[in-house]
Amino acid sequence: MSRGAGIANNDLQGTLDLLVLKTLASTGALHGYGIVQHILRASDDLLRVEEGSLYPALHRMEQSGWVASEWALTGTGRKAKYYRLTDAGRRQLEEAEQSFDQLVRGVHAVLRYA
Amino acid sequence: MALFRRIANLFRRSRMDREIRAELEAHIDLRTEDNLAAGMSRAEARREALLRFGNPTVMRERVTAADASLGLESLARDLRYAARRLQHSPGFALTAIVTLAAGIGANVVVFGVMNALLLRPLQVAGPERLFQIEQGHEGDISQSYPDFADYRARNSTFSDMAAYRINGAGVSTGGSAQRSWIYEVSGNYFDMLGVQPAVGRFFHESDEHGPNSAPYIVLSDAFWRRRFNADRRVVGMKVDLNKHPFTIVGVAPRGFNGTEIFFWPDYWMPMVNEEQVEGYSFLTVRVNHGIEVIGLLKPGVTPQQGADNLQALAGQMSREHPNEDDRLTARLVMPGLMGDMLGGPARPFLIAIMALALLVLVAACVNLAGISAARAADRTRELSICFSIGATRWRLLRGGLLEAAVVSIAGGAVGTLIAAALLEAITRWQPIAEFPIHVAVIPDSRVYVVAVAVTLASGILPGLMPARQIWRTDALQAMKSGAAGAAAIHRLSLRDVLLAIQIAVCALLVTASLVSLRGMERSLHAPMGFLSQGALVFQTDMHMAGYSDKTELPVQRRMIEEAARVPGVTAVGTIDNAPLSSGGSRSGVFREDTAEFRGSTSVTIANYFSISPGYLNAAQTKLLAGRDFTWGDGLDKPKVAIINQTLARRLFGNAPAVGRKFRAGDTTIHEVIGVVEDGRYDSLTEDSKAAMFFALTQAPAGNTTLVVRSQLPPAQLVPALNRVLTGIDASLPFTVRPWPEALSLVLFPARVATAALGVMGLLAAMLAVTGVFGMAAYTVSKRLRELGIRVALGAQRRQLIRSALTRPVIVLSAGSLAGLVLGVVASRLLAFVVYEASPRDPLVLGGAVLLMALVGLAATWIPARRAWSVNPAQLLREE
Repeated sequence: MSRGAGIANNDLQGTLDLLVLKTLASTGALHGYGIVQHILRASDDLLRVEEGSLYPALHRMEQSGWVASEWALTGTGRKAKYYRLTDAGRRQLEEAEQSFDQLVRGVHAVLRYA
Repeated sequence: MALFRRIANLFRRSRMDREIRAELEAHIDLRTEDNLAAGMSRAEARREALLRFGNPTVMRERVTAADASLGLESLARDLRYAARRLQHSPGFALTAIVTLAAGIGANVVVFGVMNALLLRPLQVAGPERLFQIEQGHEGDISQSYPDFADYRARNSTFSDMAAYRINGAGVSTGGSAQRSWIYEVSGNYFDMLGVQPAVGRFFHESDEHGPNSAPYIVLSDAFWRRRFNADRRVVGMKVDLNKHPFTIVGVAPRGFNGTEIFFWPDYWMPMVNEEQVEGYSFLTVRVNHGIEVIGLLKPGVTPQQGADNLQALAGQMSREHPNEDDRLTARLVMPGLMGDMLGGPARPFLIAIMALALLVLVAACVNLAGISAARAADRTRELSICFSIGATRWRLLRGGLLEAAVVSIAGGAVGTLIAAALLEAITRWQPIAEFPIHVAVIPDSRVYVVAVAVTLASGILPGLMPARQIWRTDALQAMKSGAAGAAAIHRLSLRDVLLAIQIAVCALLVTASLVSLRGMERSLHAPMGFLSQGALVFQTDMHMAGYSDKTELPVQRRMIEEAARVPGVTAVGTIDNAPLSSGGSRSGVFREDTAEFRGSTSVTIANYFSISPGYLNAAQTKLLAGRDFTWGDGLDKPKVAIINQTLARRLFGNAPAVGRKFRAGDTTIHEVIGVVEDGRYDSLTEDSKAAMFFALTQAPAGNTTLVVRSQLPPAQLVPALNRVLTGIDASLPFTVRPWPEALSLVLFPARVATAALGVMGLLAAMLAVTGVFGMAAYTVSKRLRELGIRVALGAQRRQLIRSALTRPVIVLSAGSLAGLVLGVVASRLLAFVVYEASPRDPLVLGGAVLLMALVGLAATWIPARRAWSVNPAQLLREE
């Protein structure tokens, strides 16, 4: 995640990470599809996660140790890979939230200035 | 749970693949379910889900990529990529591997030798407590049997002591005698060392009941296989040693070769029976110092305590026996290398060679680093592209390090294999045919560990070069072609410094080699007191055929007279032990009027020899005054002697020595009848020594070295002389060789030193050529375009060459100068092994300069030609 260094490619990826982490913090363990649906609902249909970015992001976050995965059965008896937040992930969530706040405030300030 | 699965996934790619596939399938299924619940038909529901999802194959790739950025699987992939990249530049790969193999191989060989000689203990029980007990007198380190018995009985710090003596004897199993090598050992030898017999039994102290009471022998494993075909029925067989019957009681285990690293005996026999083999008894002669003593310290006793204890005993004995043990002292040294005789010079020499080998390795690594740096600089563009599409610095760094690792491991493996083969060859080699000298340097685990460590260490420097490049690359800057290139050419870069260091090391090694070669050459031509060229030596021991001191003289006389009659022979004579051979005896010399005879009243210690009339002529030892012996100087006449100049000066000052008298070690009066020139008697590097020659007629000797001088080549002479000698006594075994060849034992260390240094020098020169060539070729190829433009604008070809090659030549000169200076300084190390190795010899310096210049010429030849023949039109078209 970039810090006040300007808007760059990484930020978009960072935002997705933030949303996923927050989702898992709120809902507990969830599979990929469920995460997509949750973000859709929680943002009032404003944020539609591109599924092409979701799974690479999830696997990357797992490598970084922010989430942990496990195979389990869904409500309808289907096997799916569930993700949950780890302690490291919780810490990362806090950081990411702060960064994002900073970014938003910065952008707002520039827009109001003009 | 999750952790285990991740670890498992690292190893099984297909399993990972299936998991990902399953996960993505599940996602699509879940959405399909939702769609169905929302009211779509089954077909529609699935289609919509798939559309929303995107191309599953692409998706799988991206997920896999995210997973595989860490883990062994990507490591394997990087490794394969590195190997493929190396395949594409075979020149670099080959050069690098060969360079490293040479450097690592050299180090492994030297360490292997060092390990065997200095670090690895003898194969006995309690090796770290085993010491050799030497006499303190310089040059006379052996002990006498009565002294040994006293040390053994009176000490308080050793759990046991044993004695041994190496000798030759003629062994025969009914038939003619063959020369063999034996250890005469005290009865407790095997028990003290904790060795168990492989066949039969060993002899023990309990078998000894006084002189000549234990006629037993124990065979060595090699001799048992060679002579007796490993027949187990040898136990109990009788053999003749110097015509005395002995019984074989057992065979030693394989791998036990006595307590000297170099000398491997054919068999062991009890020292109490030595008279039968030596022809005289030394068991009760306290002043005869001819045996080696080893002792096992008691556990818990330090070597210092042991030495102090023995020193006190030595003082006691010198007071009890002031005549024989005058000024006796005791020292403890590491066993196995003939005490200090070999161990003294061998240790520092090996350490010096190890240092040189390490230098060669450093040069090789520096060479490789230079080449790597050049290669990395070429890849700037490729690197910047990698950066711009998102590769991390760490990933690229890892790729560079892996490539260096692959090269260094390959080089190390090749080098170690060659080194192991070399070490095995050295072990099987018997450097001097007449002695059972073996250099047992078979590599053990320690050697291999060192090989691996050296391999890894040598990959570090070359690996850092591309790392440095990757670290410095700024993607945007590097994309602009040529900018960095032009600037770098005219600055002094790290590569230049590396090359200069490498050249310096090579020049140093070359200088050291030349110094040693020159010293070797000088030592061969040093005045030795005899002329070895043009003479043959026939060596035998009359005692081997059963002669005693009383019966051998007539036979010896007959040998000389009949040999003189062979056509082509100009002079013949005998001496007991030829100078600079392995034998030799010493004794004190006293003035005629001395009353008490012990060490402190002697004038000097002199080497003494027993010679026949005519020997001085045969050996071309110059007689400076007086006369040679004649057959008339018999036992009944007053004793006479011929002395050398040094002894004459020490006894009589500047006064003429002929006609004066002195007393020899056995206190009998001798009259000086002749004075001969000085010579070398024990080693090539000794200072002037006193020597005296006694008449064979008055001082009988069993050891007989027949010196035959002739103009004819050996091939013609040897058969005739052989016939004569076998005609006199067919059971007497002879060894015959040209005298210069017989000196090989004394020249052995110098030869080894020269060979080793010569090889190092050669390796160094090769590395220097590679390094300079690499730099010159690289420079020229980078600037080819610029050179082409210059030619098109009218520059002279000569100017091209000058501008292209100035850099490499400057580096070569600077490095060579530094290396030469260092080489002169370091050559002092060689002085004690290679006689007369003077580093300030103008021939050496001139030779080194010439050699480095040749190196430079050879290395820059091809690039220079390429710069010379640059064709601008073709160049511009190609670009």
